[in-house]
Amino acid sequence: MPSKQELLDLQFIDARHMLINLAAFLDRIDRHPGTDDYRFTALKTAIPILLESRPDRAKAVLESFSDHSTKIDPCAPFQGAFGAARPEK
Amino acid sequence: MKYIEPHAHMVSRTTDDYEKLALAGCEALCEPAFWAGFDRSSADGFFDYFRQLTEYEPKRAAKFGIRHYSWLCINPKEADDPGFAREVMSLIPQFLDCPTVLGIGEIGLNKNTRNELAIFEEHVQLAVDRDLPILIHTPHLEDKLKGTRLILDSLASFSKLDRGKIIIDHVEEHTISQVLDSGYWAGMTLYPESKCTPNRAIDMLEIYGTERLWMNSACDWGHSDPLAVPRCALEMKRRQHTPEQIEQIIYQNPRRFLSQSPKFRL
Repeated sequence: MPSKQELLDLQFIDARHMLINLAAFLDRIDRHPGTDDYRFTALKTAIPILLESRPDRAKAVLESFSDHSTKIDPCAPFQGAFGAARPEK
Repeated sequence: MKYIEPHAHMVSRTTDDYEKLALAGCEALCEPAFWAGFDRSSADGFFDYFRQLTEYEPKRAAKFGIRHYSWLCINPKEADDPGFAREVMSLIPQFLDCPTVLGIGEIGLNKNTRNELAIFEEHVQLAVDRDLPILIHTPHLEDKLKGTRLILDSLASFSKLDRGKIIIDHVEEHTISQVLDSGYWAGMTLYPESKCTPNRAIDMLEIYGTERLWMNSACDWGHSDPLAVPRCALEMKRRQHTPEQIEQIIYQNPRRFLSQSPKFRL
């Protein structure tokens, strides 16, 4: 198993790249006209998880984007998924 | 480096992709029945699709020395119309004796509805009645957690079920432990934008072990990479996994699970 130093050598630039991309995405949404929606809210809700001291941040982020409802609808109103649970109406 | 691609939708891929797979060391691949990107207008469309999976694709793969196997079902997206789904399901038994059909799949859920669940359970019963392996699709993105729980609850209601013959696919960090702890196999799908990246899949291998896991590209008509499995193997090497560990996950594990069908041969 590689050491922390070896992993940093291998993956730091990629992680840095992904973080800057995320920061630029937040700036872009802020800069452009119109209103954001529940997906942007979900993203901002998930971001603080990155700074938590825990061993399962990826799992926690995925759970924060997940539909936690227990109701089972008879049929689907649409087919797709959008990456974040829609707020209950 | 030899490997098995246990989940690929080759009907959506080019002949050049078969060549790339062969050059990368792919010895066999499995193609579960899936959604074509649009809803088919009749059961006849599925009849033709099942013929494509059982007659045409094995021949196309054989030209590159790759063994092609398939799994049959009506996918969860089109299973939300139970009448239509049952019409399609009535076609399946005539194909199950084909020499390259391994089992029932990829069944599962899409939007986690009662209709989808009913058709899922009818597929499971069909597999149980014929002692066939099952390949299960878990929903996309925000629907995966709830859908995985519903699938596990549903499977638990079947008294005669060999959990070792069921693989629950597209697991991620928030669903993998539930699947493995329940005694099923788990599949990790390597996608560029959703599901798992190679590094996340390797993280899960390191955390959960390799006992009942496989990796697949699930390459189809969307953003996907038919060479995702060998690329992940390369990443494993960069992360100091041994050749034996790599072979275990990309060759031995799929071979062990798939060999539960007497039709699967290398």
